[in-house]
Amino acid sequence: MTRIDVRFAALKAEGRKAFVAYIMGGDPDHDRSLALMQGLPAAGVDVIELGLPFTDPMADGPTIQRAGQRALEGGQTLALTLAMVRAFRAGDDATPIVLMGYYNPIYSMGVERFVAEATSAGVDGLIIVDLPPEEDAELCLPARAAGMNFIRLATPTTDDRRLPTVLRNTSGFVYYVSITGITGAGAADAGAVAPEVARIKAATDLPVIVGFGIATPEAARAVASVADGCVVGSAIVAKIGSGAPVAEVLGFVADLAAGAHSA
Amino acid sequence: MAEDLINSYRTGPDEAGRFGIFGGRFVSETLMPLILDLEAEYEKAKTDPAFWAEMDDLWTHYVGRPSPLYFAERLTARLGGAKIYMKRDELNHTGAHKINNVLGQILLARRMGKERIIAETGAGQHGVATATVCARFGLKCVVYMGAHDVERQAPNVFRMRLLGAEVIPVTSGRGTLKDAMNDALRDWVTNVRDTFYCIGTVAGPHPYPAMVRDFQSIIGKEARAQMLAREGRLPDTIIAAIGGGSNAMGLFHPFLDDTSVRIIGVEAGGKGVDERMEHCASLTGGRPGVLHGNRTYLLQDADGQILEGHSISAGLDYPGIGPEHAWLHDIGRAEYVSITDTEALAAFRLCCEEEGIIPALETAHAFAHVMKIAPALPADHLICMNMCGRGDKDIFTVARHLGFEMKV
Ligand SMILES: Cc1ncc(COP(=O)(O)O)c(C=O)c1O
Repeated sequence: MTRIDVRFAALKAEGRKAFVAYIMGGDPDHDRSLALMQGLPAAGVDVIELGLPFTDPMADGPTIQRAGQRALEGGQTLALTLAMVRAFRAGDDATPIVLMGYYNPIYSMGVERFVAEATSAGVDGLIIVDLPPEEDAELCLPARAAGMNFIRLATPTTDDRRLPTVLRNTSGFVYYVSITGITGAGAADAGAVAPEVARIKAATDLPVIVGFGIATPEAARAVASVADGCVVGSAIVAKIGSGAPVAEVLGFVADLAAGAHSA
Repeated sequence: MAEDLINSYRTGPDEAGRFGIFGGRFVSETLMPLILDLEAEYEKAKTDPAFWAEMDDLWTHYVGRPSPLYFAERLTARLGGAKIYMKRDELNHTGAHKINNVLGQILLARRMGKERIIAETGAGQHGVATATVCARFGLKCVVYMGAHDVERQAPNVFRMRLLGAEVIPVTSGRGTLKDAMNDALRDWVTNVRDTFYCIGTVAGPHPYPAMVRDFQSIIGKEARAQMLAREGRLPDTIIAAIGGGSNAMGLFHPFLDDTSVRIIGVEAGGKGVDERMEHCASLTGGRPGVLHGNRTYLLQDADGQILEGHSISAGLDYPGIGPEHAWLHDIGRAEYVSITDTEALAAFRLCCEEEGIIPALETAHAFAHVMKIAPALPADHLICMNMCGRGDKDIFTVARHLGFEMKV
């Protein structure tokens, strides 16, 4: 059982929805990013998604692209992001941490070394956007063997024929992408999402969390009410990008969390 | 794969889209069903005589194929060594090899019922070819082009607009081909249902590298037959410039199993292949990584962040290279060298002056390497280089470098 499994089991027992928050590691700079991360659990965040900056984030819109650029300009590296996780773990051994990003920085570090360092730092799961099931041998299987969850994205184009392939080596939870598109674009429509979540839940016992296109406490509530929880990324990252101080960002996160938890 | 176990170099990729460790399908889940569909459609089309009959007809009457194999007599005399032949793909409609591939992909898009075509472009040649074929078939066309390239390839931007395409300048990154490809991929994940992504080189997720190679292989098939007819034997050396590697792959592939033929790919050396990384020589100055759907050699820093590179030629300004080239490099079947901006400019001028052919700056890189090796080779050594594009689009850039004021 990873911290993710433990956390979702507890939420289920309490009958609560999960609120997942995404921030980019190293954005707006290393210290403030760590301070933000450390403040997320108290703001009501159940699972932290920590973004790995990459020069070419093909699935991200301008908001997260710019966050990655800020982080890289500040000198963020994969090793520094893992160090952030270590520092966070010194004060919190319960909140699950999922790293989200693209494969090349991991491949560049070396999969074996990355898996060893990530597990020892206290990473619980991985979402690697450009590693579909067809490439499971690259990282998914080694990460699972080392005890991490590998969380897969299911999308509106994942039809019934393909769904079993997507679910096969997935663990922790399933991340349903509410729109066809990039992060920060469009708005999730809870009405359209509901049957899709039901379709996925019919095929797996894993929790289904919905992300992309959720920017307000109301939207968080609406989407969480038709799933096991929701993810907010771009809206939080935009707040950080606007220069808001850490406390203000955490206040915004607390409002979003309250929205999701009221579902 | 041990080299002595290979009895053909032409069987790749495998079912996972791999050439050795290179290639693959490194895309987001949203795109996976699309590229699987595309692969299935392409497999069907590939063995359908009606598909190739339509291609042949368009190649002949719309593109102007076969392109001539031309003996460059004056250059041969001037360089004083090997006999130099040029495969004249710059004579194609739209002025480069790009249209060979675009026709194939657009016919496929039509079979798949897609009505909106997107493309990325660097020099603008692939964008122009795509806009052209879309106009020919009445399809909507959107071209992503780095803002920096929009500026240095202005004539092609206007041509695309005349042809009815929407050109979207891309400002992310440094505004070159890599960034245009990122935005094209972002468009594709957003508009999956009606959109066909027409990739302009032998890169991207499987099946693109294999499919684009197959469409471009017409270059090598013709060149092989033409050389046999002309000289009664195969060339000794074949040479092509490499951005993503499509014109090179098209020339090389039909010759891969002719092991007497030396194969040389020419990458953009920019300001020199050294630690400043102001070049685009992925094979000679990069290392394996994953970008744009495939594993290949990439220009990257120690953290796996992609570097922008530099080349005077917009069409070569790409930090990666097609995965089949990465494989051919590693197994040693092809050699890869680099040519600097300065060397390419000198070759550009020589080609204009001696043969009355204004080559594309991309092409000038291949020719610059011919200039380097031809003098030391014997008179009966046959070189075939791919004259993959004409240089009309580059005259503004070249004028600037030569200090010539030109009013636009
Ligand atoms: C004339 C010409 N040659 C070469 C290239 C590079 O592409 P590739 O390496 O795929 O042939 C381009 C790309 O724009 C081009 O216009």
